[in-house]
Amino acid sequence: MLIYEKSQAGRRSISQAPITSTTNTKVSDIPEGLLRKKKAALAEVSEMQVVRHYTNLSRRNFSIDTQFYPLGSCTMKYNPRGAHKSAMLPGFLGRHPLAPESQSQGFLACMYDLQEILKEVTGMKGVSLTPMAGAQGEFAGVAMIRAYHDAREDFERTEILIPSAAHGTNPATAVMCGYKVREIPVDKNGDVDLAALKEAVGPETAGLMMTNPSTCGVFERSIKEIASTVHEAGGLLYYDGANLNAILGKVCPGDMGFDVMHMNLHKTFATPHGGGGPGAGPVGVGERLLPYMPTPIVGKESVDGKDVYRWLDEKDIPQTIGRLSTYMGNAGVLLRAYYYARLLGREGMHRVAEYSTLNANYMMKRCENAGFELAYPGRRATHEFIITLSSQAKNLGVNAMDFAKRLLDYGYHAPTTYFPLLVPECWLIEPTETESPDELDGFVEAMIQIQKESEENAEMVKGAPYNQTVRRLDDVKAARELDLKWSPAQES
Amino acid sequence: MSEIRPELKYLVSHEWLRVESDGTAFVGISDHAQEAMGDLVFVETPEVGSTVTAGEEAGVVESVKAASDIYAPVSGEVVAINEELEETPEAVNNDPYGDGWMFQIKLSDPAELESLELLSAEDYVAKVEEEDQ
Repeated sequence: MLIYEKSQAGRRSISQAPITSTTNTKVSDIPEGLLRKKKAALAEVSEMQVVRHYTNLSRRNFSIDTQFYPLGSCTMKYNPRGAHKSAMLPGFLGRHPLAPESQSQGFLACMYDLQEILKEVTGMKGVSLTPMAGAQGEFAGVAMIRAYHDAREDFERTEILIPSAAHGTNPATAVMCGYKVREIPVDKNGDVDLAALKEAVGPETAGLMMTNPSTCGVFERSIKEIASTVHEAGGLLYYDGANLNAILGKVCPGDMGFDVMHMNLHKTFATPHGGGGPGAGPVGVGERLLPYMPTPIVGKESVDGKDVYRWLDEKDIPQTIGRLSTYMGNAGVLLRAYYYARLLGREGMHRVAEYSTLNANYMMKRCENAGFELAYPGRRATHEFIITLSSQAKNLGVNAMDFAKRLLDYGYHAPTTYFPLLVPECWLIEPTETESPDELDGFVEAMIQIQKESEENAEMVKGAPYNQTVRRLDDVKAARELDLKWSPAQES
Repeated sequence: MSEIRPELKYLVSHEWLRVESDGTAFVGISDHAQEAMGDLVFVETPEVGSTVTAGEEAGVVESVKAASDIYAPVSGEVVAINEELEETPEAVNNDPYGDGWMFQIKLSDPAELESLELLSAEDYVAKVEEEDQ
């Protein structure tokens, strides 16, 4: 029920407060022509109604704070409250984005340190924090690849190569930057088809965009050869940081041969993710792309033996691809990332990769032992792994979506379903590093139960979920008859 | 097993092509493709009058599970599109080879039919079976 539907004309949320003269105050400095003629269609409800409405809504939420949430390729991990609290310090919250540098030294120092930390973690030579999200980071990265080729007057390069296991944003980015996309197939072990890659590279290759570990949940074993193949053809390598959690502090994209990358701080570095923002998608670059980084970047100078931080802009980086937003990214998200990195420290950073990988491999083994079919048997999982429920769909008529819906009844959020598209009836499971073995065991036990239920009573599983706030939604109807707008009842 | 019509030609990307005697051809997606996609919620066809190139994207189909490009099996001008699909994309699920047709192309180079790697129904069956392995 929408709060509007509880509306009663004349009801106020400050119902107990005495009526004061402010009720009918006319705001005089707004020109008459700009004032609304009709009353705004706001819900008229009591304070208690508002409190109960939103509290009850929040109780229906399925979140990492209430349940295990193994959504593959999304890294729905727990983000420490400490990072959140620190980013909310009044000094940070109250700082105006246009405050002079002299009054922003604390904030700028944190941002400078964050740039340095990210450089070290990724093995890149420069980092710009300014992209507001992963997609904008990708855009900045490919725009830099373009700027690099253009600066060399190498205008023949019109293609970006993308393995078929890529996230959909990669081809979208390449097209946005004016490139044609050429897809490179992935073999049955989840590796890029090297022969196909060698055939595809050439003088028209601007670059290759890759996620490693890939969305197949495996580490690309031929990465060195892929890098040299693309480099020899004169192309650059783009690293999609979607799965950075798996290699944090263990392997640097820079060492794998990547020239440019983005990081999803809202996945890997302590900002809740999946709510549609705000995010942060900093870009890191190797030597060759340093001159093209998006501005502003935070620089450090020594003045009278003291560190002074300042914004670097077009004057400092004349070949920059330019600004991407009004200020410098989402300050709050960047601060959370800074605190998270400092909380982990150098010792903690690689434990993120180790535990997320250990958890995924433990779950994978348990799933395999329980009889579930792995998409890439024999491969070690990275921070996530894929099972395919093809045989269940074929033999029992219970598909990956039915399994996922039934899982909700057991109190677990479903993993990513039907992605990557390469694997039929798949589940992409990412437990993350913050879960205990009990939770992982509980999830696998629930899967075993659902398997049993599917064999005994497939119809029951196909009707799930049963104990949630809503039953199975008709997603086809929802998509075909999209209805997102609420209209007020006819005004009397 | 999904239905595969013997009189049609197919692409490895699961489009079908029906060549007419007037030098035009109809395009749609196979029964196997609609089954794999699940319930379609959106079909984007090329515009009438636009030119499509064999092997290049000409449209998009979207289901609740995924979105997928439709490739033009042959080159030419789009002379008609199935406007019904805008309101009833489910026609592709219900009747992929009939009411679910997507667009009609006037072939710019009929010789392409020989030179392109279009699959016969038999080859397409083999390809689908191989995918199911």
